[in-house]
Amino acid sequence: MLTQDQHIKLPEGSIETQTTTLNVGPTHPATHGVFQNIMELDGERIVSTEQTVGYIHRAFEKLAERRPLYQITPLTDRLNYCSSPINNMGWHLTCEKLLGVKTPKRVDYLRVIIMELARISDHLICNSIVGVDTGAYTGFLYVMQYRELIYEIYEEVCGSRLTTNIGRIGGFERNFNNTAFTKLEKFLKEYPKVLKEFENLFSRNRIFMERTQGGGAISAERALNYGFTGPNLRAAGVDYDVRVHAPYSSYEDFEFTVPVGTTGDNYDRFLVRNAEMWQSLSIIEQAYQKIQSFTGAEAEVYHADVPEYYLPKKEDVYTKMEALIWHFKIIMGEVDMPKGEVYQSVEGGNGELGFYLISDGGRTPFRLHFRRPCFIYYQAYPELVTGSMLSDAIVTMSSLNLIAGELDA
Amino acid sequence: MQALTNRAQAVNRKPMTIMEKLYLPSIAKGMGITFSHIFKKQPTIQYPEEKRPFSPVFRGLHVLNRDEEGRERCTACGLCAVACPAEAITMEAAERLPGEENLYREEKYAARYEINMLRCIFCGLCEEACPKDAIYLSETFAPANFARKGFIYGKDDLLIPDPTKDPAGFAAAKGEGQ
Ligand code: SF4
Ligand code: SF4
Repeated sequence: MLTQDQHIKLPEGSIETQTTTLNVGPTHPATHGVFQNIMELDGERIVSTEQTVGYIHRAFEKLAERRPLYQITPLTDRLNYCSSPINNMGWHLTCEKLLGVKTPKRVDYLRVIIMELARISDHLICNSIVGVDTGAYTGFLYVMQYRELIYEIYEEVCGSRLTTNIGRIGGFERNFNNTAFTKLEKFLKEYPKVLKEFENLFSRNRIFMERTQGGGAISAERALNYGFTGPNLRAAGVDYDVRVHAPYSSYEDFEFTVPVGTTGDNYDRFLVRNAEMWQSLSIIEQAYQKIQSFTGAEAEVYHADVPEYYLPKKEDVYTKMEALIWHFKIIMGEVDMPKGEVYQSVEGGNGELGFYLISDGGRTPFRLHFRRPCFIYYQAYPELVTGSMLSDAIVTMSSLNLIAGELDA
Repeated sequence: MQALTNRAQAVNRKPMTIMEKLYLPSIAKGMGITFSHIFKKQPTIQYPEEKRPFSPVFRGLHVLNRDEEGRERCTACGLCAVACPAEAITMEAAERLPGEENLYREEKYAARYEINMLRCIFCGLCEEACPKDAIYLSETFAPANFARKGFIYGKDDLLIPDPTKDPAGFAAAKGEGQ
């Protein structure tokens, strides 16, 4: 590597041939979460890297073994916290599958609206952070206002913004109020323009294209071998989407396409996420139309009629003995679940989020496992970044949409 | 890879055109977008001087409710503590003595009632669990204190004002007249 006319001659075996070990994380401003990577660097190029997991492991699966079903919902909030409602809904769907609860169509459509809003907010933050990591902060600032609007819609329904604990087994805790629908309409009206502007800033910008194209690429075959799902797999060219392959919550009633990429690099992941936001938007529109078409008593339904699992109305609890008894039974977790094993997965913000629930007939799950897509992506991270520059590795991490809360559960 | 569905749609990944390679038009376009935002309405809220409206079901810090005669509603049934996934609520029950009917609504009441706000995750399950209309999550949030001890809220911190002594405070706590 030394050239003849270099002025400073370093002794043999010094920094020219040595590699540097760099700890990226566990709390590094560039990693957006608690990730540790021990990297061997040759200059700025990554020779090898080893990832660590477990820095924010909170033993959710163990905690769930001594909690009745409804108390597990707040735990799922804290998996992928960029799209907590999808996790909540996935959990309710799992419980409903085990308990054999059938939800009315209106509930399904309301759930679809909330889940697709969550997908938009998830993709929005992921893509704008890819922008931030490539040095373009502006796009991030412009779109955050609309994530805020999505959060306000959650707030109207459940009372909280980030850790939502939205919905209950069998439906929602309350009907959507008018403000929620007004805000939804505002979102549907204004968001397309914002997304278009966001794409204008990034998609065909030369710096952005050159920074992201070719970085963190993975072939369809390798991605499948690792067990990739979600946008990261679709960017590699496999059109696998849980919403199409195993429809839940009446997704079969909706028209949408599955955007796929070709090379599985950071740029493809960005494009796939953007395209999915357009699809989500159209799904929300369809669902909102379907909801408006309900009439009479059907237009007010927001939960299934399952008195064993869904809390009675508060007015009845205050005045009627029967309701009070059910109320106590449900809250104290004294309604035993049936024995059985179920697996239910949903298309989460960043991949297939699965719940594997084993019940031995008691009040709490015997065993519960979360299939967290991030955990799988993180296994592939060294393969994706070896040989690339450190700054591109940071972009790759954002574009895989790794969320520490979900990684460690 | 063979297609798994008939819904796949490839994303548009065409190579850069000469105009895009030149980059200067892109700068102009980006700058144009940025400048156009100068004239848009500012979305920022100047907290804490200015506050955004909350939804009526917002989940903030808790309050313990009183009825119109100023009696505490809580009967120390313990359901809220059972429902709490964070195990943040503790209470001690006591029996109402003769002559205390103007203080407590039910024959049993919470002599001590504490919520550890550092454990609480503001999930709202306690509010949902209460069969006596006694505990609510309010719109107050972002508490501050000097020591951890201060975050263990007792009954003094939680109970809303007594309507017989402070009707205005009671009405405000009930969210009326806003
Ligand atoms: S809001 Fe949730 S965590 Fe907080 S005290 Fe109530 S039940 Fe417990
Ligand atoms: S606040 Fe409500 S649920 Fe909690 S002990 Fe009092 S009455 Fe029971």
